[in-house]
Amino acid sequence: MSASEPGGGAGAPPDDRGPVTTLSTPIRLEYLFSAGIAQSKNLRGLAEGRFIGQRCPVCEKVYVPSRGSCPVDGVPTDEVVELANTGTVTTFCVVNVPFAGQSIEIPYICAMVLLDGADISFMGLIQEIPTDEVRMGLRVEAVWVPPDELAPSMASVRYFRPTGEPDADYETYKDYT
Amino acid sequence: MPTPPAPRQGHRPVAVVSFAQADNVRRESHRNEVETLMPVFSELFAATGAGITKDDIDFICSGSTDYLVGGPFSFVTALDAIGVWPPRRESHVEMDAAWALYEAWVALQEEGVDTALVYGFGKSSLGQLSKILCLQLDPYAMAPLWPDPVSLAALQARALIDAGRATEADFAAVAARSRRAALSNPKAQVAYDRTVDELLAEEYVVAPLRTHALPPITDGAAAVVLAAGDRAYQWAERPAWITGIDHRVETHALGARDLASSPSTAKAGQVAGVGAGPIDVAELHAPFAHQELILAEALGLGGGVDVNPSGGALAANALMAGGLIRIGEAAARVMAGTAGRAVAHATSGPLLQHNLVTVLEGE
Repeated sequence: MSASEPGGGAGAPPDDRGPVTTLSTPIRLEYLFSAGIAQSKNLRGLAEGRFIGQRCPVCEKVYVPSRGSCPVDGVPTDEVVELANTGTVTTFCVVNVPFAGQSIEIPYICAMVLLDGADISFMGLIQEIPTDEVRMGLRVEAVWVPPDELAPSMASVRYFRPTGEPDADYETYKDYT
Repeated sequence: MPTPPAPRQGHRPVAVVSFAQADNVRRESHRNEVETLMPVFSELFAATGAGITKDDIDFICSGSTDYLVGGPFSFVTALDAIGVWPPRRESHVEMDAAWALYEAWVALQEEGVDTALVYGFGKSSLGQLSKILCLQLDPYAMAPLWPDPVSLAALQARALIDAGRATEADFAAVAARSRRAALSNPKAQVAYDRTVDELLAEEYVVAPLRTHALPPITDGAAAVVLAAGDRAYQWAERPAWITGIDHRVETHALGARDLASSPSTAKAGQVAGVGAGPIDVAELHAPFAHQELILAEALGLGGGVDVNPSGGALAANALMAGGLIRIGEAAARVMAGTAGRAVAHATSGPLLQHNLVTVLEGE
């Protein structure tokens, strides 16, 4: 019973640390993640160094990755489309702020990249170019990790780098910014 | 055109005109929530026979919880299954979708909202359900004490036995009848034909509950279309009119409740008008076998009522969809003409804390 008495019960050494004012009670829940049929195709593509998207049969937009449905038309995006390794920077930001867990040396560029043939952009790093030269419309290509490091993850794409092509005309990506 | 029965609540007659559900399974390992919901909506719209699409829907309301998925805003991504462009009038409850139906019913009382799509989905298999459900017990300031849901249910079952109102054989009889009924439900997850004596030979999971008295862990989804007034007759030959609907909640402090009774269900049933006429079918959301006995008593259901012809939550227990499925199963029987007046009950929270009662009637 001594354990339930304040101060540890009779015979416990005196404790002058004062009253307990806060109590930490960690909660941890573990989950499986279920990517779904459509996104699994995209993830398997990444493990092979390929970008796999899906096309909506109604509006014909190509989503990469697709969650299996066109969010505009609400119909299955059953047609699988392999996309190019090249794309266009639609928007970007220069990261100058250090934060916990940062794995890249600052400053670096985080950009939205619209792959050729896709109708939705996704985030990627831009490297092999000085940060002050990155711009909207910059043409880039994906640089993949070595074949033995490829995995069903966006981490398979190390970064994007300039292709050296002339910049894309604003008209070609203005609907995707 | 026929006249709908007068509703006890609200001023505008609202009916269930279509119901569909996904297969209830232990683990849906391939399809994500969107991929599970899309075929349900297709079946739901097709069942009206009126060629309706999402563009015919004035209001959308869903029920789900991010705790099952372990990620934020899962109800927003679920909207991809409908396609909400141009922007739609839409809402969500972090509750069983039976309460989403309640919100839609309220919205339908307004002029300008004539139709509603209600859906719920839950992949209970993704996380550690016995731990996740603990977190609803300590919602405000306390640290989790981690009593798992089966242990809590066992306390409730024990209270019912101690009150002299049921025996373990009664629990087994509920389970045997429910799983036998589920044999004719193609969407059911657990169905069998076993005797009470066979079930009583099972080991205790937590005394006095044996395996048969527990619900399965289920991945599933369900959807309903509601329509008001004349629109209901355009979308269903025999709409299931909601003539009464009410929900009541009890304290979250389990120690402050009489666990062997359900005054919130009794009150909701009284307001919804359960006793105002004979009941053919009752779909009761009783995940644990003994809870059906508590609910039947609270609602005053007599011996002539066909209770849980679908098999109930003992046959399939997709969290966040299970309550809506009770309304859908009851409505389906009214729409098919096999029931004239039906009661559907949905529950939320631990040990029948919050209860919603719906009365559905044909012409």
